[in-house]
Amino acid sequence: MSDSNELLSLTLAEARDRLNAREITSVELTDAYIDAMERRSELNAYITPTPEKARDMAKASDARRAEGDAGAMEGLPIGMKDLFCTEGVQSTAGSHILEGFTPTYESTVSGNLWNAGAVMLGKTNMDEFAMGSSNLTSYYGNVQNPFMAASGGNQPLVPGGSSGGSASAVSGRLAIAATGTDTGGSIRQPAAFTGIVGFKPTYGRCSRWGIVAFASSLDQAGPMTRDVRDSAIMLGAMAGFDPKDSTSVETAVPDYEAALTGDIRGMRIGVPKEYRVDGAPAEIDGLWKQGVDWLKDAGAKIVDISLPHTKYALPTYYIVAPAEASSNLARYDGVRFGLRVDGKDLNDMYAHTRAEGFGEEVQRRVLVGTYVLSAGYYDAYYLKAQRIRTLIARDFQEAWGSCDLILTPTAPSAAFGFEDKADDPIAMYLNDVFTVPASLAGLPAISVPAGLDKDGLPLGLQLIGPAFGEETVLRAAGVLETAADFKATPQLAA
Amino acid sequence: MSLSKDDVKKVAHLARIHVAEDRLDGLAGELNQIIGWVEQLSEVDTDGVEPMTSAIAHDLRWREDAVTDGAQPDKVLANGPATELGFYVVPKVVE
Repeated sequence: MSDSNELLSLTLAEARDRLNAREITSVELTDAYIDAMERRSELNAYITPTPEKARDMAKASDARRAEGDAGAMEGLPIGMKDLFCTEGVQSTAGSHILEGFTPTYESTVSGNLWNAGAVMLGKTNMDEFAMGSSNLTSYYGNVQNPFMAASGGNQPLVPGGSSGGSASAVSGRLAIAATGTDTGGSIRQPAAFTGIVGFKPTYGRCSRWGIVAFASSLDQAGPMTRDVRDSAIMLGAMAGFDPKDSTSVETAVPDYEAALTGDIRGMRIGVPKEYRVDGAPAEIDGLWKQGVDWLKDAGAKIVDISLPHTKYALPTYYIVAPAEASSNLARYDGVRFGLRVDGKDLNDMYAHTRAEGFGEEVQRRVLVGTYVLSAGYYDAYYLKAQRIRTLIARDFQEAWGSCDLILTPTAPSAAFGFEDKADDPIAMYLNDVFTVPASLAGLPAISVPAGLDKDGLPLGLQLIGPAFGEETVLRAAGVLETAADFKATPQLAA
Repeated sequence: MSLSKDDVKKVAHLARIHVAEDRLDGLAGELNQIIGWVEQLSEVDTDGVEPMTSAIAHDLRWREDAVTDGAQPDKVLANGPATELGFYVVPKVVE
């Protein structure tokens, strides 16, 4: 039997090794997390905790291990973002309209993780339909960042979003790791805000089947973990070809952990001049320069590059993503699942169900999406945005001629307060200014915790790689992590 | 381009979202703020640029033309707010 706080401090890789050595059991580890979830329930990281299911899965895992049958995630208790459909467990996507929805099937990615032996602690909170950068749009309440500002007078801070519950859970030690999904930064920005590692792989790496769709040409699942090694292990278990997703890519999943050689000598790191934004805190720019020096000291070659269409990425995203969302969310009609609000006829029932079931931000985006796709505006907005998306992807394509990876900050600020950007949608959208371009181009990108701001809040650095360059991204991320030696633990950790 | 109150009403109808009369003005303001901001894209020269429709370049796969799923009406209907005799029930649409 081990001390509970010691168990909670283990990384996924450490816990795996202790489990393999039979020094701890999955039941012990899982019980420690269930207890932590109860002690820190005020973080509101979980919409639906599943402690009984977790204990059953942990017991079954220990039994499998005793038989000599252990998967890559065997016995490791994780949080599952509530965007993944989980058989027999309510899956809400953070929305009122899906309250009570209990899938009769399992998403491919969550299924892959259970097949690898992982244990589900519960479904984590998130911005409604993954639309948000703060977790403030969840119908199930705000999530609190386990980090507090030194000068903030105990004011609660957002964990970022949309995967805010997963980020808060991993940072606050309410899960050893968690799944996230990223459409424009929803894994990387919350990872940066909470001092953890968040990795969005190449579009097509992880199956989208069974993930509630937001913007299908951008949505991609990925791991949220305490360190880079954990990210490599968990991505390996999540990824893989799935015939049920037409955009799933049919290539073998490499051994990502083996990519962590620590050797980046000769690697060319691009530094794009367009990522210097006016008004960003000096600390962000300082950390970025520090990151450049760390990689240079490790033997990398630094290359100045240009991604000329960067400034158009955010407005392009805010046409493409709402357009796809307005189409995807048409299915919530009060007929097949979730909420129904009666009306005087069928159309009236639809309209009232969707008015009551969708929150403000979701309604706003569905309306923007409907408008840019409507007759007379399609060419001016949607088609134009798709053409600019081509130019953004082309910028990256050209950059790969002179560099192997690109280093940027992850977000333009540290975590902010619940009320700070509440009234200005565009100020909120600007959170994703550094993460959206890689999303539009479908590229793998990771956020690594690299430093603290003056208030002791975490800041992240982002590494972007070419399509299916996950191993290179992870290798350099590992070097960055070692150099940064980020050790801050949040005040509200269990 | 600027959306009027009537435009918002029309778009809300297309999206099947009921918007109360007293919210139309506020919503028009919010949508105009967003649309006004994305309009900066018009300054980009996109002549001869193909629209990007897929995040990664790949051909869609072919598969066997065979039934791979189905015949589970209970599972399909399990989450319906109103179901009866193997059907979803909706308000009457034919008089």
